[in-house]
Amino acid sequence: MTAIVTVLYYLLTASVAVLLVWNFVKRKNWQEEVLYVIVLIPFLLRLLRLK
Amino acid sequence: MTRKIVVAALGAALAAAAGLSFYASRHLREPVVAGPGVVRVARLGDYFAPLKGAVNDANVYILEGKEAGGTVLLLGGTHPEEPAGRLAAWIFAENAEVARGRLLVILSANRSATTVTRLGGAYPPDYTIPTSWGGQTFRMGDRWTNPLDQWPDPEVYLHYPSRQQLAYVDIRNLNRSFPGRPNGTLTERTAYAITELVRREAVTIAIDLHEAELQYPVISTIVAHERGAELAAAASMFTSSMEGFAIGVENSPKALRGLSHREIGDATEAISLLLEAPEPFLDATRGRTTRELLLSGRDEFIVRAGRRGLLFEKIGDEGWPIDIRVGRHTSTVLQLLEIWSADHPDQAVVVSGVPRYGEVVEKGTGAFLKDPKAAGSGRLAYE
Repeated sequence: MTAIVTVLYYLLTASVAVLLVWNFVKRKNWQEEVLYVIVLIPFLLRLLRLK
Repeated sequence: MTRKIVVAALGAALAAAAGLSFYASRHLREPVVAGPGVVRVARLGDYFAPLKGAVNDANVYILEGKEAGGTVLLLGGTHPEEPAGRLAAWIFAENAEVARGRLLVILSANRSATTVTRLGGAYPPDYTIPTSWGGQTFRMGDRWTNPLDQWPDPEVYLHYPSRQQLAYVDIRNLNRSFPGRPNGTLTERTAYAITELVRREAVTIAIDLHEAELQYPVISTIVAHERGAELAAAASMFTSSMEGFAIGVENSPKALRGLSHREIGDATEAISLLLEAPEPFLDATRGRTTRELLLSGRDEFIVRAGRRGLLFEKIGDEGWPIDIRVGRHTSTVLQLLEIWSADHPDQAVVVSGVPRYGEVVEKGTGAFLKDPKAAGSGRLAYE
């Protein structure tokens, strides 16, 4: 059961990461682009199992 | 488009730098030179097979005397962010000789917790103890199992088997997970393996080595299960009168579950004790969270808190250096062993070669860490 919940959380993390990338692509303002990139980093690090 | 590529490249560079740092910290190898008393190195997985090969399949250094006696378990690294506990255990593993009985030493009771630092805590990734051969670097570690090994945390943590509700994050706290659960989380399985070790090796006394912030009331003390109360009281008296520092005694509360001093004592025949030394690095009112603070225990803000009567332990401008904290642990453990052995000759554990408080303070912790490059064949292990 614990393993299933963990997998679901990784899927959630991946979904949020994809949304953040999508928003980054759609932005026109450089400040918002920087914001999305910075917010994306912890999600990537968790997906890559680095932090 | 060019701007987006530049921003994305900057983000990738930041992620790569952070990721490499975290990877290096998680995989830093810590050498251990098996001391003269070590007859073999077992693994926690030997006592609970499902833990074999897992991140918490920790080394168990087995030191054995020629004469039969009792068995004492030293736990270091239950909370790796309390380095004096690990370092004191390290000194036993690398220096102790056992004439009678057996000493089992674990340096990374929650090995997963050694591979991460507190999220948002700005901890240093590691620290180095200076030695005559250059210095030994250790992983900083955290209080809790690495979320990469156990995630997510639940909304509510119900301790097993008491069903007491504890703080949700403590589901990753080894010292809230005893006696453990064989089909539970990684942390619960680790606690279960340690409890199994205590049972199978017929451990007489289990001693868990910790440190505490000065704002925490359980500090500079031996926390004792009721079967260890007399032993702890005697050790407190002898230590306070002979070793050059004072240490108190606290009764293990029956109402607070999951802690080693309570659950190991309840679940097994062993006497369970927990030692606390002062660690200013953990205090919430600290200033910069640096390697210097970790090792020197000096912080002006904590000193100010002390002047205002907000602490449960004294602190001056000299702080609480790591050598004092490590020496407190080695001396207290030696006192416990000596008093126990004098009172129970058939269950004695007689140890030599381990420095006491005065010697650790005078020569430094590094004087008792062995050079891995000079280790004999088959005498080198890694944490």
